[in-house]
Amino acid sequence: MSAALKSSALQASAQAFLQRFEGLRARLPGDVATRDAAASILRASGFPSARTEAWRYTSLRPLAEVEFNEPLTPIADCAELLARVPNLGAPKLVFVDGRFRDDLSDYPALAGVRVGGPSFGLQAKPERDALVALNTMLSEDGAEINVAKGVDAGTIVLISLGTAPQGRAVAFHPRHSVSLAKNAKLTLVEIAVGEGAYLHNPVMSVQVAAGAAITHLRIQNESSSAFVLSTLYADIAERGTYDSFTLALGGRLSRAEIHARLAGPDAIAHLNAAQLLGGSQHADFTTIVSHDAPNCASRQTVKTVLSGHSRGVFQGKIEVARAAQKTDGYQMNQALLLSPDAEMDSKPQLEIYADDVKCSHGATVGELDAEQLFYLRSRGVPVEQARMMLVRAFLNEALDPITHEAAREAMEAAIDLWWERQAA
Amino acid sequence: MLEIKGLEASIGDKQILRGIDLVVPQGEVHAIMGPNGSGKSTLSYVLSGRPGYEVTAGSATFDGKDLLEMEPEERAALGVFLAFQYPVELPGVGNANFLRTALNAQKRARGEPELDAPGFLKLARAEMKRLSMPDDMLKRNVNVGFSGGEKKRNEVLQMAILKPKLAILDETDSGLDIDALKIVADGVNSQRGPNFSAVVITHYQRLLEHIVPDRVHVLSAGRIIRSGGPELALELEANGYAGIVAEAA
Repeated sequence: MSAALKSSALQASAQAFLQRFEGLRARLPGDVATRDAAASILRASGFPSARTEAWRYTSLRPLAEVEFNEPLTPIADCAELLARVPNLGAPKLVFVDGRFRDDLSDYPALAGVRVGGPSFGLQAKPERDALVALNTMLSEDGAEINVAKGVDAGTIVLISLGTAPQGRAVAFHPRHSVSLAKNAKLTLVEIAVGEGAYLHNPVMSVQVAAGAAITHLRIQNESSSAFVLSTLYADIAERGTYDSFTLALGGRLSRAEIHARLAGPDAIAHLNAAQLLGGSQHADFTTIVSHDAPNCASRQTVKTVLSGHSRGVFQGKIEVARAAQKTDGYQMNQALLLSPDAEMDSKPQLEIYADDVKCSHGATVGELDAEQLFYLRSRGVPVEQARMMLVRAFLNEALDPITHEAAREAMEAAIDLWWERQAA
Repeated sequence: MLEIKGLEASIGDKQILRGIDLVVPQGEVHAIMGPNGSGKSTLSYVLSGRPGYEVTAGSATFDGKDLLEMEPEERAALGVFLAFQYPVELPGVGNANFLRTALNAQKRARGEPELDAPGFLKLARAEMKRLSMPDDMLKRNVNVGFSGGEKKRNEVLQMAILKPKLAILDETDSGLDIDALKIVADGVNSQRGPNFSAVVITHYQRLLEHIVPDRVHVLSAGRIIRSGGPELALELEANGYAGIVAEAA
């Protein structure tokens, strides 16, 4: 098949979603004008192809291989999938195939939490992004979390289960909104697991008011046949903190895209991530950090471990506006290749318009160190365990800033399971 | 007992060991001395199973078991320990975790019960005290940011905790000041007994004042060209290697 034909297959996939929208349009909740606007954007642009610079390393063509259907409701039994989700002992909101499931959730008297109906929240610039437009067009449900001024809301867990009911591939597009008022605090842990083929296309907007702080920890452990394309917009006001860590282990094709805007002075954004890939998985971590105010700091430590034929992508853009003097930007991207057939693509980009800034970035790609491996084995550590220790050591720099113990443990357990899968 | 017979080994096309014969009986400490490039480090690596060395002839057994057929971790579980000339840094791996993982891996391989965290810490702290090592060394990453002397002490700490039957010390004295040298020597001497033997590889006689060997062997161009008692080391110190090497040629 020629590239043009493959590309038109991808556009046919976009057309199929547009047709579905026409059928559902009257039944979807909320403001239909917003959805119509999104539909016309998607109609005009189609899905991004490799010719789109932001999608140079991640091709959406495999989407065209799958025919996606509407989720079925209700899904009778999610016990098996739910059992895979670690219990963090915190209030939890459970979504199955993008639809909120009150019966599976547990959030006693959580002030400020509203669930149900998409929460478009911050307008997420759908004009620039076809996948956000797709989400806006078809989104049915989502969580809205508002933490009031000065309140520490503790930990809330947002769980997504993806299913392929009766072997049909489904597509779902939850739309979440999180908002912290002045000096509020929240730890939001997202855990996503699933089984079978589906498309999970969530969009989340996070608004952090002055002096507020959110820790956002994500464990993406979705089905190995799933497409997971997430977009997140974080807007951080003065002295606010958006501190995030994304662990990506699942999915056939996944992309986690974060747009973080440091909108007020002394704001902080941490966009750390670890990607652990095997088989023929493809995972992409793309960040766009906009320093729009002075004295802000952004930190990104992104580690990728690749085995099999997997392919990893990191794209990190730091934009420093003219007003953003005394910006402190740091970006480190490191990949560890466990197989000669794995591949990593890394694209750091700095766009600096201020003249008094400190921005650094670095990227390395390497293999396990033979000397270190021999050192461990010479002390009696069996070779597979020694390899695991070195992989864990490689990841630790990215994991160490995570102070939420239960979430950290859940991540460590997921990493252990990943390793067992690779060794098997 | 370590028995090496006619051992030949190469790296790539380059033959380094050209027929080593050496017996180290149980309970004895033997020193191997020799000029640079004589094959001292290669011998230690071949015995501990470092990849990249090809054994082309001969044998090496420990307590009757064929070392050369074993993986490095199997040799370790059998009781063979190599103190590295250049200890390797392991960023991201805590020293305590490293030591306990190694100890328990060996115990597991031998079918012995493993040590829990408190039991291990008690053992480690006691050994560290004897080696005059500060407690925080357990918390630091393995050898990362350690001075040369600290790295060597960390090797001896590992030996003290793993309690090998055969220790191979590869130029453990290099880069040590006299105080560190004494601490390291004390660490080795405290292991000495009927169930411990050691091969001490060194370029200089200095270490052998503190670890007095039962036998001294001179290695040159991949062969042992002379063996003797501790007095041989003094002779080498006084006259250098040139005389002995010329005599053997």
